[in-house]
Amino acid sequence: MTLASHHLLDIESLSPAEIELVLETSTSFKEVGERAIKKVPALRGKTVINLFFEPSTRTRVSFEIAAKRLSADSINVSSAGSSVVKGETLLDTVKNLEAMAPDVIVMRHPSSGAPHFVARRVESAVVNAGDGMHEHPTQALLDAFTILEAKGRLSGLKVVIVGDLLHSRVFRSNARLLTKMGSSVTVTAPRTLLPPFVERLGVEVITAVNDAIVDADVVMMLRVQKERMEGAFFPSVREYFNLYALTVDRLKRAKQDVILMHPGPLNRGLEIESAVADGPYSLILDQVTNGVAVRMAILYLLAGAS
Amino acid sequence: MQQTVIAEGAEFRGILERLASEVVEKSPSGLPPLALVGIRTRGVPLAKRLAALIEPKLGARPSIGTLDITLYRDDLIAVASQPIVRSTDIPFAVGNSSIVLVDDVLFTGRTVRAAITALVDFGRPRKIELLVMVDRGWRELPIHADYVGTRLRTSREQTVQVLVEEEDGRDAILLVA
Repeated sequence: MTLASHHLLDIESLSPAEIELVLETSTSFKEVGERAIKKVPALRGKTVINLFFEPSTRTRVSFEIAAKRLSADSINVSSAGSSVVKGETLLDTVKNLEAMAPDVIVMRHPSSGAPHFVARRVESAVVNAGDGMHEHPTQALLDAFTILEAKGRLSGLKVVIVGDLLHSRVFRSNARLLTKMGSSVTVTAPRTLLPPFVERLGVEVITAVNDAIVDADVVMMLRVQKERMEGAFFPSVREYFNLYALTVDRLKRAKQDVILMHPGPLNRGLEIESAVADGPYSLILDQVTNGVAVRMAILYLLAGAS
Repeated sequence: MQQTVIAEGAEFRGILERLASEVVEKSPSGLPPLALVGIRTRGVPLAKRLAALIEPKLGARPSIGTLDITLYRDDLIAVASQPIVRSTDIPFAVGNSSIVLVDDVLFTGRTVRAAITALVDFGRPRKIELLVMVDRGWRELPIHADYVGTRLRTSREQTVQVLVEEEDGRDAILLVA
């Protein structure tokens, strides 16, 4: 079993078998992260460029650690300090970077489809680290890995995704992945934060959180993306908290062994109560740990066979 | 395809018994603690079997570990497909121990080189030795085995297969031409 594509651009184009391959490979890489010497020589001599056109701490650091643990050289480029601010086009930036022969370009961009545009024009492998409101495939894979670790399976689970669905690439990738792997996905959000035709992703929409969350195996909270909100999507923070935030009381409606996830960063007191975020059901920090293992697996699978 | 049986069944198990005795002879009781580390895939059941044979002779059970060397290969780029990485499990303190690496076939020596590199990432063993069921020659690195089940003169194109009951349903050493 191998990945069919040289790039990882979205969950949509991955088959269930390819998703399983990434998740199985991630298990081995998690073991590497638990050693005293957290480094293997698998990608020695390979170069990974982290090209980030949007601010990010955890995803960029996660990819950087993943590359370093595989002995690859990783270089970080952010748009703020690059020629982009001097007016260079995306294609020129990428072509110039490619002239320095990187093996993998990990790319985050505020425009949906930007990594696809680049992948069609370069020889290097391209990994989408989040593109606009489209997809964030590595986040969905690390979420799936975390669920698999906790539940032992992905099929037959009830996963409830709550929050700012409209702006969330994490939601889109997760909905595609989880439905592909046999979970049922229920989503809940204020109507103003529901993407049009969201049902086409194969999810069930229930607008009242208290109803949606009943018997959930997994509750996945999404960050309210204040930076993408130009209009009035909800009347006030207090109202959003009252109607949609995950509280200790609300979580009691889920199954007893429910797990709670959040892609971060958290808006404490807006979409999630601190007592829940830091409580016994929370796997939020496990998601971060698993992110490194999953990204190691992806870099290995893409760069190892080039 | 021509297949020659070099050893099977009781003869195969006799070889294992002799190898276990040789390991015990060179490992007088006491320090350093003895550990057997099997190289995936066939080295793992062989290491477990040897540990069971060694235990009554030595009066102590050697520790057992499993090593996957995929991430330490030096030919990853040359491999056309994406090799599957399996787990490594070294559940004992490597530092100061006496480790016997166990593999089925010794050929170019590259697997063993990768295994030694992987092992020292876990600590600094007092000693590492190598045990193989078959030494078929054609070394590309200066590596030799301390314990050898059987030595075979082979041509480069031939294949040597070690079958074990746990994986293959029978114990055998086969030379395939």
